[in-house]
Amino acid sequence: MEVGQMQRRLVDYTKSLFMEGFLDGQFLQLQQLQDESNPDFVVEVVSLFFDDSEKLLNDLTMALDQPNVDFKKVDAHVHQLKGSSSSIGAQRVKNACIAFRNFCEEQNIEACLRCLQQVKQEYYLVKNKLETLFRLEQQIVAAGGSIPLMEMGL
Amino acid sequence: MGMAAESQFHVLAVDDSIIDRKLIERLLKTSSYQVTTVDSGSKALEFLGLHEDDTTNPSTPCVSPNNHQEVEVNLVITDYCMPGMTGYDLLKKIKESSSLRDIPVVIMSSENVPSRISRCLEEGAEEFFLKPVRLSDLNKLRPHLMKTKSKDQHQKQEKQEEKSAFQSPKQQQQEKEEHQQQQQSSNNKRKAIEEGLSPERTRPRYNGITTVV
Repeated sequence: MEVGQMQRRLVDYTKSLFMEGFLDGQFLQLQQLQDESNPDFVVEVVSLFFDDSEKLLNDLTMALDQPNVDFKKVDAHVHQLKGSSSSIGAQRVKNACIAFRNFCEEQNIEACLRCLQQVKQEYYLVKNKLETLFRLEQQIVAAGGSIPLMEMGL
Repeated sequence: MGMAAESQFHVLAVDDSIIDRKLIERLLKTSSYQVTTVDSGSKALEFLGLHEDDTTNPSTPCVSPNNHQEVEVNLVITDYCMPGMTGYDLLKKIKESSSLRDIPVVIMSSENVPSRISRCLEEGAEEFFLKPVRLSDLNKLRPHLMKTKSKDQHQKQEKQEEKSAFQSPKQQQQEKEEHQQQQQSSNNKRKAIEEGLSPERTRPRYNGITTVV
């Protein structure tokens, strides 16, 4: 595939992630903070998000598996996940966390378990999408091209 | 050296989330600030040279003169919601300390809770930023930094020294000569420090603290 074609593919793919709500304007903020002095900033921050989220999802799974669920603890984990997903612009994960927190307050364990599944699903979806995005970028760079800048007026 | 005027401002950023630390560090660096990040309120106080025991008795000075702050901090920006010491607790400790209370404090929070915001502002916070913090928010820091800068002549002098530590040897020499002309016989001790020590050596090392210049 020639570079121009790969670049168009990357632009279309990125646009689709915004259209489908996987990402929001915060992700563009991250991209704006990346420059020659920090060429891997987005990948670095998103990798930290992956590590952090997987740890939190594990903690949540364990916390909800206890005979006496500590809802304050569950809520604290969800709060952290909501914060980090909003910091990288993973909008659908963030929204799933907001719904989750309401059920923590109600101490509704069935609903919390459903929300955990929902959050996990959204997390793995956006992880997959972001990994694809980074792969497309790498292919362009490997072929000697530059990453087209996104300007979406968000 | 085309250094931006703001590069002499040193900001201490406090957040328990590593993602948010990365983000605020990058935001501040992009805006030409010198940044140190720490992951808790107690590490922030440690960096500022204030130890927890000192605050138990408010009638005694919090920092003894010979235990003076090693690296000058011009502004503290802290997350609100942290385990252990919250950003609000940190704000209070700073404002209760005679040696630190002039440092402007900015609070960041992901939750828009009006009572929380007013509580922080009443306690002396300069700004309250909703997370995620954006580049445009950082423009609001400058007026608070300019305020403290013009407030204290002594502080200005300290800053001068710190600046010279980051300049090229040639520039340093130039500046030193000017300096000597200005205050020929005044402070020998200070001169000795300037000549003898590299910035690394005057700084204490802390675990889990990164300084970005």
